[in-house]
Amino acid sequence: MNGTVMQLTARGLLGRRRAALLVILPLLSLGLAGLTRWASHADVHASSVLANSFAMGTLLPLMSLLVSTGVIGAEIDDGSIVYMLAKPLKRRVILFSKLIVALAAVLVFAVIPTMLTVLIAGDEGGRLMVAYGVSAALAAVAYTAIFVTLGVVTRNAVVFGLLYALLWETVLGGYVPGIRAVSARQWALSVGERMLGTDAGPWAVTSEVGMATGLIMLTLVTVGAVYLGVRKLQTLTLSSVE
Amino acid sequence: MGPGVTGLLGPNGAGKSTLISMMGGFLPPSSGTVTLDGVPVWRNTEAYRSIGLVPETEAMYDMVTGWEFVLANAKLHGLSKPDDAARAAIEQVDMADAQDRDISGYSKGMKQRIKMATALVHDPTVLLLDEPFNGMDPRQRLHLMELLQSLAAQGRTVLFSSHILEEVEEIAGTIEVVVAGRHAASGDFRHIRKLMTERPHQYTIRSSDDRALAAAIIADGSADSVDVSSGALAVQASDFGRFVHALPRLARDREVRLLEVTPADESLESVFAYLVAR
Repeated sequence: MNGTVMQLTARGLLGRRRAALLVILPLLSLGLAGLTRWASHADVHASSVLANSFAMGTLLPLMSLLVSTGVIGAEIDDGSIVYMLAKPLKRRVILFSKLIVALAAVLVFAVIPTMLTVLIAGDEGGRLMVAYGVSAALAAVAYTAIFVTLGVVTRNAVVFGLLYALLWETVLGGYVPGIRAVSARQWALSVGERMLGTDAGPWAVTSEVGMATGLIMLTLVTVGAVYLGVRKLQTLTLSSVE
Repeated sequence: MGPGVTGLLGPNGAGKSTLISMMGGFLPPSSGTVTLDGVPVWRNTEAYRSIGLVPETEAMYDMVTGWEFVLANAKLHGLSKPDDAARAAIEQVDMADAQDRDISGYSKGMKQRIKMATALVHDPTVLLLDEPFNGMDPRQRLHLMELLQSLAAQGRTVLFSSHILEEVEEIAGTIEVVVAGRHAASGDFRHIRKLMTERPHQYTIRSSDDRALAAAIIADGSADSVDVSSGALAVQASDFGRFVHALPRLARDREVRLLEVTPADESLESVFAYLVAR
């Protein structure tokens, strides 16, 4: 991990207009939470549905995507990443440093807002909040790894990312049973489900897979994505078109 | 390439940036090797200790100040005294006054100079500059030329690309001409100039009496060939200086009115194309 890479990356992520974009979705989530609380009289089930479908289904993947373009996608796109790459630094050090910054940002702008969403919309002793906090954090790790690597591998990371987040996870996931099992959200929720025990059902925290499967899949996908990202960064070509 | 200043000359799209990307380890050659002191630069991050790259892209981390950016580069190089190195590099490019302003507020020339500073901060033996004089005013250009010459005099290998012969001529000891992806010519500036001026120049002329004029031009001997087959006169002259002086005189003597005299293929591309075809 390289402190200078992290500093530059963090400045780049938060220093542009993107910083303003980063707060819009979380604020929206909190607003919806307030609305839900008012409409459902702080019903925990309703709170969970909001957290599951909006916070974890939309906010989390979109924020991960936004952050990943900010930590590496934009730099590769405009070529400014050459200043980091033309250095006697191992590419994996560069990628890891950027991943840490990305993860920290997703934690702050997506995971914590998810927890706050539950807190505001309705909870019982904070248990739902903690369950979603853990699930969201686990999903954040996987999403961040996937989208950062996507940003290294393709110039169309945003399109693919949006297709994945909106189509795969949200729309198709709602209709096609098989797809639901291949979803970072489902894997992450398997942990939340286990944490809540008998309350998981009534509180609508259910997962298509068991916790063991979920954790294994999250680990595999995260490690696989990071490995692919490092490999691709090692052979990244930059040549300006004349 | 060895120590000294080498100029990479060629029209836009010739492949100069491609070549520099390969030398900088950002593009693998499809065949052959690109090595620095015998070691391939592709997938060799250690090579960057010896290479200073000044890319053509204007984009850089512009939410930090010039000082912060050069310092960050010094730290990324793992220098033991990054502050001193950054200060020295910024001094060398004459950006000390503006170093505490955000890069986003810099002019194009100022950004170029900060780019130079990042390439110099680690004291590399090789400098690769892609179109470094783009966007520079004459004073800045002069300053950079002096800088490059002094760096080369210290024994460094300096390569810069340009599509302007005059820029390359002024400081390059060796000029490598690249056209359409091919190595067209190599040599010092006198040799390249000679190649370029020896090519025949073409002119398209419309007059009140093309054939009479054609006959006069042929008789005069200042042109290599005159073609009357198309609607206008197409003249080819190696000694175009002589021809250009002769033409008005010939026209006046034959009482032919010149309606249009257009020099063809004055573009650098056609000059270069000629060098490739030669």
